Amino acid sequence: MTKKVHPYIPNMVSEVKQKMLEEIGVNSIENLFECIPKELRYQDDLNIPKALTEYELRRHIEGLLNKNISSTEYLNFLGAGCSQHFVPAVCDEVNQRSEFLTAYAGEPYEDHGRFQALFEYQSLMAELVDMDVVSVPTFDWGQAASTAIRMASRVTKRNKVLLANTVSPERRKIITNYGTPQLSFSGVAFDINTGLLDLEDLKSKLSDEVAAIYFENPSYLGFIETQGQEIFKLAKDFGVLIVVGVDPISLGVLVPPSHYGADIVCGDLQPLGMHMNYSGGQAGFIATQNEEVFINEYPSRLFGIVPTKKEGEYGFGDVAYERTSFALREKGKESVGTQTALWGITAGVYLSLLGPDGMYEVGQTIMQNSQYAVQQLNQIEGVNGSRIVSTFFKEFIVDFNDTGLTVAQINKELLIRNIFGGKDLSEEFPEYGQSALYCVTEIHTKEDLDYLVAAIKEIVEQQ
Amino acid sequence: MKKIKRLALKVDFHQAKWNEPIIFELHQAGERGVEIPLASEQVVKAVGDGLSTLPHNMLRANKVNLPEIAQARVLRHYVRLSQETLGSDFNVEIGQGTCTMKYIPKINELLIRNHKIMELHPLQDISTVQGMLEIIHNLDLAMREISGLDFFSFQPSGGTQALFAMASIVRKYHEARGEGDQRDEIITTIFSHPSQAATAAVKGYKIITLYPDKDGFPDIDRLKEVLSERTAGFVVANPEDTGIYNPKIKEFTKLVHEAGGICYYDQANANGLLGITRAKEAGFDMCFFNLHKTFAAPHMCGGPATGALGVTRELKEYLPGPIVEKNKEGYYLNDTLTHSIGKVRAFHGVAQTILRSYAWIRSLGPSGLKAVAQTAVLNNNYLYSRVQKIRGASAPYVKGQRLEQVRYSWEQLTQETGITTEDVQRRMTDFGLHYWTSHHPYIVPEPFTLEPTESYSKADLDEYIAALEQISREAYETPEIVKNAPYNSTIHQLDEQDYLDNPDKWCLSWRLYQKKTQEVNVLK
Repeated sequence: MTKKVHPYIPNMVSEVKQKMLEEIGVNSIENLFECIPKELRYQDDLNIPKALTEYELRRHIEGLLNKNISSTEYLNFLGAGCSQHFVPAVCDEVNQRSEFLTAYAGEPYEDHGRFQALFEYQSLMAELVDMDVVSVPTFDWGQAASTAIRMASRVTKRNKVLLANTVSPERRKIITNYGTPQLSFSGVAFDINTGLLDLEDLKSKLSDEVAAIYFENPSYLGFIETQGQEIFKLAKDFGVLIVVGVDPISLGVLVPPSHYGADIVCGDLQPLGMHMNYSGGQAGFIATQNEEVFINEYPSRLFGIVPTKKEGEYGFGDVAYERTSFALREKGKESVGTQTALWGITAGVYLSLLGPDGMYEVGQTIMQNSQYAVQQLNQIEGVNGSRIVSTFFKEFIVDFNDTGLTVAQINKELLIRNIFGGKDLSEEFPEYGQSALYCVTEIHTKEDLDYLVAAIKEIVEQQ
Repeated sequence: MKKIKRLALKVDFHQAKWNEPIIFELHQAGERGVEIPLASEQVVKAVGDGLSTLPHNMLRANKVNLPEIAQARVLRHYVRLSQETLGSDFNVEIGQGTCTMKYIPKINELLIRNHKIMELHPLQDISTVQGMLEIIHNLDLAMREISGLDFFSFQPSGGTQALFAMASIVRKYHEARGEGDQRDEIITTIFSHPSQAATAAVKGYKIITLYPDKDGFPDIDRLKEVLSERTAGFVVANPEDTGIYNPKIKEFTKLVHEAGGICYYDQANANGLLGITRAKEAGFDMCFFNLHKTFAAPHMCGGPATGALGVTRELKEYLPGPIVEKNKEGYYLNDTLTHSIGKVRAFHGVAQTILRSYAWIRSLGPSGLKAVAQTAVLNNNYLYSRVQKIRGASAPYVKGQRLEQVRYSWEQLTQETGITTEDVQRRMTDFGLHYWTSHHPYIVPEPFTLEPTESYSKADLDEYIAALEQISREAYETPEIVKNAPYNSTIHQLDEQDYLDNPDKWCLSWRLYQKKTQEVNVLK
């Protein structure tokens, strides 16, 4: 029997193989591996299940996936860095295009479309954050914040960094891992009732050794930090740079951080057209003004518009390529590689579709729906819909301390009622006791929110 | 009727050229691309406009300056741009050596477009994601077999991030043993990816770079000279970008271990090695595989991607958490690793890519994976034999001994005709083919790096070779044709340097372009 030719491997056809071996001048493929010493040759068969046909594969994988319950089957109130939003069909249509899906590192000539789409992403995001420069997308918010902070350190030639204590603990892990050993980090306290940064504590920690203060707005805990200008004034006295992490879907209604003095802005693109994908939709962005001192510190590629030799035609190319590790290896700015380009293109599609009105409406709707949820939760005896009294965007801390139940108990009961309850904060922020971080967006209808409130009421009252 | 004559070379190719405006130029006030689900009337009645609770200084004064465009026009814009992008589905993409541009199976793309993965939140109760965790765990098991290592994390979302995670583990490991300050050097080689050196530097290491000996192997005598009590780690690809397999690799890892260093293996590209040889037997403590290279996940214009990170049992506790494990109740997320470096990325990595690669492995099975390696190496050696016969082309270093790719040189062509590898690159696009030179610095003069993978047929390879032969002929006979290329691409030659490296002239966004073209006539 002839050996089966796999559909993905055309040159398993034996006559073809034979011709190729003749051209090479060897008798068998085995000869081509003689450069690998015998002791390093793996002699066994890999212990991997035998091959499936396409149809069998589909049955197998769909069988596995069917064990999952998705956030379209249950009502989802989880956020904490990945959130469920409306994804326009055109976003999916564009990012499934075979041309974009299978392109990689082409040149400005054969990949003109990729360059243009990413230049447009840079340009559309620049409008959203109201700054002149946005790099091609990076890995995710945590890594974008890490790089933004390291950029600030290189610009100021200082190594101390202040982090608001309300920064997402997961992001803090990423930031400290990316920052050490060169940088040292200290936390800045916050007011437990308002969430706002403790300016007295900030003052006591600012000095001319500090490179940057990093805070998030809206914060991980959902509240809006209103003291941007004050933080800016305090920091500027010491030449400290302001780095702000932001949820970009808030920026149709919220003032962008550049307006209160942020030098570097970063965040995650996931809300702008990416499905959650069990966290596969994350993508980071970094923005600054068009100042050489900042541009030269970006590790990522930056695409710029360039004329071609033909009158009236333009193309795109890498701006200041010599700063990258592609050009300079360890002497480049940090490192660059494959990150999340397709999500950048998708975010560009999203912003083009929504336009100014859409971004305003989505921001406003999130504000309204989340405020409604809090208002209704407040009706339940023992539940405080929003532990923090400040205005919030999309996420808020629901305080269950007076119910006598733990968040774990409540979430277990909610799951029985087909609801993914908010993230349990009792370990990350023990100062809030049994509280959970809820995320409400434009996808939640009044009926969804009423169902959640009724379920919690029932659970609490059963107690 | 005459019989249609077919040539191997696509001489009549012309790429799409739509001359699409920049998206902002499509603005028509009042148009819109999509409607947002708005708050219901009762919600509005209950909470009002939702914005009046905001302090005035936090309310954005003006709407975002985005274009207003009808849906069909947005779609047309982007699908036209997609047509101006030469994805690997459209060409014999063997010119992007080191990146393993193989066939991306359509079934896998169909499988990931399922709400049972697309709409999973990473913090969902584990009872509701058992299928996803099983896929991650099964891929872990397959990776263990392929590498011989003991545990995998799929959190790093690209090769660069996997390398960074490995450098972080090296640091944490030595710190845990009280040698964190003392061991401050990482050794790499010049024919390895620049991210190896760059990520180790991000982690605070001094970089020592080994150059090749006359045959192209990393210099083992030099390694012996640089090893010391300051050695923290050694990172290398094998084969390197040259495609030459270093047979002394076990000696390398032994020497590094004797000096107290950790050996980590850049297997971003492992396409010639599946089922043939493994990280474990070569003495490595860690390795990573790029799922978007060897394991057939698409490159997506440059991510999202996955650098699957494997370690030995001794280093398990250093992995970024959580990792997926299995107990009697089922699959769970273990976040109790005692020496964990923390995290390099949010949550669990790129789930779609994990699924794609798992599906790819299952579609091949153990003998199929070995056939991948065998055929990739066969294809490469066929190409190697043919390309060296092209006038002006050569393959520096040792004869033969190439596995999945080769770094070639046009040195002779450049000397004899003045045509450089960049010129060849532009001309290749005229035949609908992608061609890459190599990473910098150019150690091999006028380099190009071909990696044919297992996906291309002999006829495909012959098409690529025919294009190289054609350009070589042109270089000797009519070099101006090559110099002035491309002609059949979407755009003509860029009028580059001044607009990319001069801060007064560069335009990194449409708003900057508008400012600069109004102020002075920067762009023609």
